[in-house]
Amino acid sequence: MLNTSVAIRDIAKKLLDEKRVDLIIGFEKGSVPLRSTPCFVRSTSEADRLIWNVNCENNLAKYLPKTKERVAIVAKGCDVRSIIGLIKENQVTREQVFIIGIPCKGMIDRRKIEAKLDGKEIIEAEEKDDTIILTGNNLREIIKKEEFLHNSCKTCTHRNPVIYDVLIGDKVVEDQAVDEYREVKEFEAQSHDERWRSFSDEVSKCIRCYACRNACPFCYCQECFVDSSQPQWIGKTTNLSDTAIFHIVRAFHIAGRCVDCGSCDRACPMGIDLRRLTKKMEMDVKDLFHYEAGISLEDMPPLATFNPDDPQEFMMV
Amino acid sequence: MKELEIAKTEVVSLLNTLIKEYKVFAPVGQNGFITFQEIHSGSEAFLDYINSKKPPKEIFFPQSERLFSYDLSKGEGWSVEEPASEKKQRIIFGIRPCDARSLVLLDNVFDGQLYKDPYYSGKRKNTTIIAIGCNQPSSTCFCTSLGGGPFSQDGSDLILVDIGQKYIVQVVTEKGKKLAKKHNEFKEAEDNSLSLMRDTIETAEALIKSKIEVQKVTEKLDSMFDDPFWDLVSEKCLGCAVCTYLCPTCYCFDITDEVTGQRGERVRTWDSCAFPNFTLQASGVNPRPSSKERLRQRIMHKFNYFVANHGMAACVGCGRCIKECPVNLDIQVVLNSILNR
Repeated sequence: MLNTSVAIRDIAKKLLDEKRVDLIIGFEKGSVPLRSTPCFVRSTSEADRLIWNVNCENNLAKYLPKTKERVAIVAKGCDVRSIIGLIKENQVTREQVFIIGIPCKGMIDRRKIEAKLDGKEIIEAEEKDDTIILTGNNLREIIKKEEFLHNSCKTCTHRNPVIYDVLIGDKVVEDQAVDEYREVKEFEAQSHDERWRSFSDEVSKCIRCYACRNACPFCYCQECFVDSSQPQWIGKTTNLSDTAIFHIVRAFHIAGRCVDCGSCDRACPMGIDLRRLTKKMEMDVKDLFHYEAGISLEDMPPLATFNPDDPQEFMMV
Repeated sequence: MKELEIAKTEVVSLLNTLIKEYKVFAPVGQNGFITFQEIHSGSEAFLDYINSKKPPKEIFFPQSERLFSYDLSKGEGWSVEEPASEKKQRIIFGIRPCDARSLVLLDNVFDGQLYKDPYYSGKRKNTTIIAIGCNQPSSTCFCTSLGGGPFSQDGSDLILVDIGQKYIVQVVTEKGKKLAKKHNEFKEAEDNSLSLMRDTIETAEALIKSKIEVQKVTEKLDSMFDDPFWDLVSEKCLGCAVCTYLCPTCYCFDITDEVTGQRGERVRTWDSCAFPNFTLQASGVNPRPSSKERLRQRIMHKFNYFVANHGMAACVGCGRCIKECPVNLDIQVVLNSILNR
């Protein structure tokens, strides 16, 4: 990981030196163990802050719709897919973005590690090959990275950036065998009542902090429907009727756009399984329109276009 | 009053007794984390924990609360109904000292000299607070910088110190004394237990390494409103409400009407300075148009305006915002950066 960090710094310095970009968006060391944090670098002297490790879990594409600058962005496979989506939705231009692509073997879910430690606190976490060495009070444990990946990483089929301006490190082997929709299918196989109960249980945890929405690169609406007061589409409470509407509408709004980067899932402080809905949307779009978001700059998003032979069996006549 | 003690094995039976008379809230494990909930059996309380995910402030200031309901459907005139006030006495058992202290801060707002919020102060008045000090503060804790500490007594009626097989009970208020006297699980503390208690407290305090000179932060902020610092520090902020909703001292709220036909409820819900609508004016102007102004407000409010209004910072150093921020925007880092400006 050190080599990757050094390579990111080198390319960052070069791009800034040659004035090809104004800003590098990458990661720096976080303030607590198992965390990295987004980092904005505008001068070569700051470039040595940039790092790469298994805690670079945020999707930095989130910051693109905001910026007017020419940006170089450090991007994993899923982040690149988000960038493609944002380019297609005219939130940023391809020319404006220099993609520092990084093949990714998955990011670590610190909450899974914390759950395993049963209250013992990690004071230091050191990445070593395929393991992480955790130390703390009465704690010294070596864990395998692959056992603690984020759920979205475990089913990822696009670990390598599909487009990039520079690729750092060697491409990694894509997981061809994984059934990424296994959990969705299991959910679908349940009875109506079971599905509603488990969905209700999940969204009942919601505290309406909107971390899921705000971490999502595709939630860039100037005014989100939940914020509208005239008309006020939904109530502001944490009653199930309000939280359910929020999560259902959000899932629908990112159908055909969501690349399953898992940002919403990672951002949620309450541990809601947000991918249950978004992954279902993704699967449906794939089944109905043979479309996978964020793979190509050329194909048209299915919900932004019309074809006479679009499937319409689901329509009520 | 001299310290008391209670054997750990007696705690469940104490809680079971208390439940008969009081509505008892305690830390409970649910969905993989701790929240404060009403318990119906002493064994539901999970006391060997670091801190709850959500702060117990919601026991006094719920995330959504019906202020009153109204009905215009009855032809002539209209009726308004207020929620029945809670008659049953309540106990929070096992709250952490930082969260107990947060109630003292919130009292300034909801139960102060100028204004008394009946919803909050009613609940506050009928609640007894029994805290458990922190033998093992988390690395994100910085309560001692804010005038608190792992065994701070502020806001508690009784505070328990875990010395292994038993808790030493410090009696802080009359309310606490009354409660302790009523229950024979509380016994007079033995002398050797007291020295153990002092060691425990000392060890725990030494574990909190972070020391931020908050008073200097307050002074610095006086002249930092227009500092370009806010552009830089807010750049990664996502504008969600994780930090404010999980904060034991954030108290901003919104009021909306939930209307169905001729009937409706007026509801108070938590609001957050991180949200765009927080300061959106009817004219369409928003004086805090971006995350820069919003984050500045959060820091200014906690460490400057609140100090000016109430003589204390609106932060207890519980570290929840540090643990849960989706982008690791760490308030301690922000405060230290302010000091280094």
